[in-house]
Amino acid sequence: MSDLLIARSLFGTTMGFHIIFATIGVGLPFMMLMAELRYQKTKDIEYVVMAKRWTKAFGVLLGVGIPTGTIAGTQLSLLWPGFMEVIGKVMALPFQIEIYAFFIEALFMSIYVYAAERIAPWMRVASLTFVAIGALSSAVLITNVHAFEGTPTGFRIVNGKITDVDPWAAFFNPSFFVTAGHVALSAYMTGAFIVTTVSAYKMLKAETGSRIYRFHQKALMLSLVIGGIFSLLTALNGHESAQYLHKYQPEKLAAAEGLFETQSYAPLTIGGYTDRDTESVKWGIEVPWALSFLSGNRFDTVVKGLHEFPEEEWPPLFIHTLFNAMVGVGSLLILISFLGLFIRKFLNKDKFPMWLMWLYVVSGPLAVLGIEFGWIFACTGRQPWTIYRTLSTEDSVTTAANLGILFILFAIVYVILAVAVLFVLRYYFKKNTVMDDLNRAEQKGVPLFSSNS
Amino acid sequence: MLDAYLAVTILWGFVFIYAVMATMDFGAGFWSMFYINRKKTGATNIANRYLSPTWEVTNTFIVALVVAVYSLFPKGAYTLGTILLIPGSLILLLLAIRSAFLVFSNIVQEYRKPLTIISGISGIIIPGLLISVLPITHGNFVQITETKQTLDLAGLFTSPNEYAFFGFAITSTLFLSSLLLADYSKASAEYEAYRVYRRDALWIGPISLVMAFFIMFTLKTEDAWIYKKMIDDLPLLFLSLALFVLGGIGLFLPSPGISIKGRPRLSVIAITAQYLAASYVYGKAHLPYIVYPEVTIHDAFTDPNSFRAIFITYIVAFAILFPGFVYFWSLFMNDKRYLRQGKLSGSKK
Ligand code: HDD
Ligand code: HEM
Ligand code: HEM
Repeated sequence: MSDLLIARSLFGTTMGFHIIFATIGVGLPFMMLMAELRYQKTKDIEYVVMAKRWTKAFGVLLGVGIPTGTIAGTQLSLLWPGFMEVIGKVMALPFQIEIYAFFIEALFMSIYVYAAERIAPWMRVASLTFVAIGALSSAVLITNVHAFEGTPTGFRIVNGKITDVDPWAAFFNPSFFVTAGHVALSAYMTGAFIVTTVSAYKMLKAETGSRIYRFHQKALMLSLVIGGIFSLLTALNGHESAQYLHKYQPEKLAAAEGLFETQSYAPLTIGGYTDRDTESVKWGIEVPWALSFLSGNRFDTVVKGLHEFPEEEWPPLFIHTLFNAMVGVGSLLILISFLGLFIRKFLNKDKFPMWLMWLYVVSGPLAVLGIEFGWIFACTGRQPWTIYRTLSTEDSVTTAANLGILFILFAIVYVILAVAVLFVLRYYFKKNTVMDDLNRAEQKGVPLFSSNS
Repeated sequence: MLDAYLAVTILWGFVFIYAVMATMDFGAGFWSMFYINRKKTGATNIANRYLSPTWEVTNTFIVALVVAVYSLFPKGAYTLGTILLIPGSLILLLLAIRSAFLVFSNIVQEYRKPLTIISGISGIIIPGLLISVLPITHGNFVQITETKQTLDLAGLFTSPNEYAFFGFAITSTLFLSSLLLADYSKASAEYEAYRVYRRDALWIGPISLVMAFFIMFTLKTEDAWIYKKMIDDLPLLFLSLALFVLGGIGLFLPSPGISIKGRPRLSVIAITAQYLAASYVYGKAHLPYIVYPEVTIHDAFTDPNSFRAIFITYIVAFAILFPGFVYFWSLFMNDKRYLRQGKLSGSKK
């Protein structure tokens, strides 16, 4: 492997690992907030217990999310010094502001967890709101850097030197809102489906109708409502992301769809894989005219094919599969969440069919996979550029050699952390059951939040 | 021109704040491990009570520091990023293990001991590696050519100067954190723990002073340029020494009201001021170089427009965040209910 390839693999691995914790770290505080608000409305103590248990899980996940994020942020400079030199000059604002978001999140998270019993209930909700805002802002801001990589603005390059820097123009680059919106929405959706996974699994294991069962059922319904809303919004916004690709990064869209020839009335190919030799998508299902319509809301929209671009600037062709997998996950999750709500609200049934329950059990991991596919699609699909048509990946990478050993060390540490975090979560929730927390919550004067820490 | 100095002052401010906070953070982690078998004194509890709510905030400062380097001095970040690949990665790996296991140790009671040991030990090595950035920037072990920038690791780790810095980082981490925890336990009315930490501070303090002299001594032979410029500020170095002595005296003064010797709050303030004076002298001598002699703050400075935008966010953010920090402080450093939680509920956790 060349050093460039190792650097890409190492950074991709770091991001792929961090993103799991980061996404849940954005989604879960929102769920906690919803549970607290439900409690303020219904005075049903079970919602407080939910919030408390999710807080615990969140606290454990932060133990991995924060150090891996620190790795991500520092590794950008260590592995891609050429890239960060440009970013430092032009696009430092989001990083800078993100720090403040981190501070807000860290301060109020500590307050919510370690001072929960000493502050007024409204302050508890306020702290949680700050945590949620902090987490969301950090996601939006870091994604903004990614958006800038795809649609760079706010500077000119004259004779290899950067001039005319306008940092706010760079900050509000064309794809900022669409891209950041997509990441935020998909994070909320993922947070909700993680809760769906746990509640559905616990319901399957509990005795139907028991107190535990009903507790998890409540959590399941809450998560289906939120998951349903946000998966629908994710898809709508994803459609807009695709239109942005059509406009700003046409070769990425062409590769995502496996389209070689420029054409109007372009078909959308679902599934299959792109074959470079025959320049076609094998085993896919073609929906005539659909791609043109998706790209420009008209069937006669001309969609550029890969042949418009020099072959050495083509993104890797396997991103077609990644893109389809992401969209597939999104579509499936919209379907099953609305199906559940329909069965419950309109058919008034209390029990879901077994197959649906099992789909719920896998919905959380599927959403995380959707996130992974989406990011790998977006980052790998930008190749060979780190900053679209401005800075190549080759010119971004460190000149240091022998990265292999570092790759191995980081991979080992990620495995250790992954195993440890699963063990800790399992251990904690086995030892502190829902019944324990419900009993504790019903007794007055017994601390709930700082208990069994 | 002026902007570059403003920027480097901000950067130095971050370095200083992080240095003090990290010292307390990693030190508290170490003491929490060191006294884990001595339940009676409460020394471990005190360390944990400080550590649990603060490590996340402290960690954010290291990120702030990294971001400040590349947003204020992008070209400096290019060189630093390239030459620090190996030491930086080591720090990151240790930091990941340390933070994660610190959190885990608070959750998994049965395995608390091994988890605390892992996080304590990995934590105490970090300051040594972090401070190694300083001797690296002195330039002896950096080769910069047209196409390549490299760090001579073997050279670095055979240099007495590096070991002087390394040793100083670890001893001063233990010193300042034991002082702080002494103060914290006194405020928490945990006198048993107070005695333990006061004693630790008394014997580690002098060692850290010796290490500081060792740094100066090795600098003189290895990096005469910075040594000479530091000696230009001799009066401030003497002030620093005087503050150190004052910090020591603070531990012997009688405290009003109770029969316990020492006023640790005074010592903490004196020693922090000492670090401020010493790091000012060092930082000033280091100027204008980021990496000697190739990279200066002037040619590494960012685009002026970017700097202005960033500078404005610093001011706005400070105005917004400051009340948050004050509230945080009042809840965890100053609230008797938090500090004396073991005492009030009548049982020690
Ligand atoms: C659970 C996660 C999830 C789901 C269900 C979807 N996405 Fe997505 N998608 C992401 C998670 C994601 C992401 C991880 O958040 C990405 C990666 C980079 C980014 O900006 O967002 C992304 C990127 C991304 C991009 C690339 C943007 C770029 O490269 O600049 C497009 C075109 C779409 N998405 C379109 C869609 C469509 C049409 C969906 C229909 C259902 C969809 N996504 C569902
Ligand atoms: C958090 C989820 C993310 C994941 C899973 C992810 C994944 C990846 C992967 C797999 C690569 C290697 C691509 C290749 O070389 O084929 C990569 C590269 C890269 N990504 Fe991302 N990425 C994420 C977020 C981001 C963000 C938010 C940024 C912007 C700050 C970013 C900036 C980069 C850069 C600069 C590279 C290296 C150069 C390159 O290969 O283009 N990534 N990422
Ligand atoms: C869209 C993808 C990402 C999302 C949603 C995301 C979100 C988060 C969240 C919620 C946290 C926890 C913050 C806290 O509690 O303090 C976090 C930590 C962190 N993330 Fe990410 N992140 C993403 C990608 C990245 C990338 C690409 C980088 C590198 C530039 C990065 C750098 C960091 C850092 C440095 C931290 C630690 C902050 C601290 O020390 O408090 N993140 N991220």
